[in-house]
Amino acid sequence: MIRITVTSVFVDDQSKALDFYTDVLGFVLKNDIPLGGDDRWLTVVSPASPDGVELLLEPSGHPAVGPYKAALVEDGIPATSFGVDDINAEFERLSARGVRFVQPPTDMGPVIVATLDDTCGNLIQIAQMTAAS
Amino acid sequence: MTGKQTLAYKGGVAADVFKALADATRRAILDELQDRDGQSLFEICTRLTMRHGLGSTRQAVSQHLDVLEQAGLVVVRREGRYKFHHLDTGPLREITSRWPLPDEGQSP
Repeated sequence: MIRITVTSVFVDDQSKALDFYTDVLGFVLKNDIPLGGDDRWLTVVSPASPDGVELLLEPSGHPAVGPYKAALVEDGIPATSFGVDDINAEFERLSARGVRFVQPPTDMGPVIVATLDDTCGNLIQIAQMTAAS
Repeated sequence: MTGKQTLAYKGGVAADVFKALADATRRAILDELQDRDGQSLFEICTRLTMRHGLGSTRQAVSQHLDVLEQAGLVVVRREGRYKFHHLDTGPLREITSRWPLPDEGQSP
């Protein structure tokens, strides 16, 4: 049996990312382990599943990461996608917190999606599966 | 507008508009930009797939957008690190000024 336990996004600044992913988005800190230099093994989880998949807020130090992230953002491609129960409520809540959405909630049939800027160099999609799916 | 510019327009710009409109995928892109103006390439691709069942590759959609931009029907706007596509229906006005519609209330 193989399972997904960790997935990751490259973040420009780990401390700033921890604030955004916990205080603004609503995840909770799971692991914060010092690595070499200023880098940390920094993961967050959903409060809905504290022992579930961890999101690694990975340092962007490698020279390939900057051009990779810039190219994705230019074309509007999200680095990853998170599930939400009520996308319109999240859109209102996050917008009120000053989060920049490049795409407001948009009905795509089986799913309603929106795309936001995580302030750490990535676009993030949030998605609500519709009842029909 | 001088006569010379009018001639240049009839041969060049208008031809680009007709060519741009003569493709179902490009018309669908214009429909989606009419629905919400200022979309990323990714959003346009997603809408074409999910709403129109068009499985065009990102490269193909990008080429369609180049044709629409050439015709002046799509304007690309860069905002910081983002790139958004906007609809400009201005070039369509030239079609009806060349072949005017009947006046309101007048029988065809």
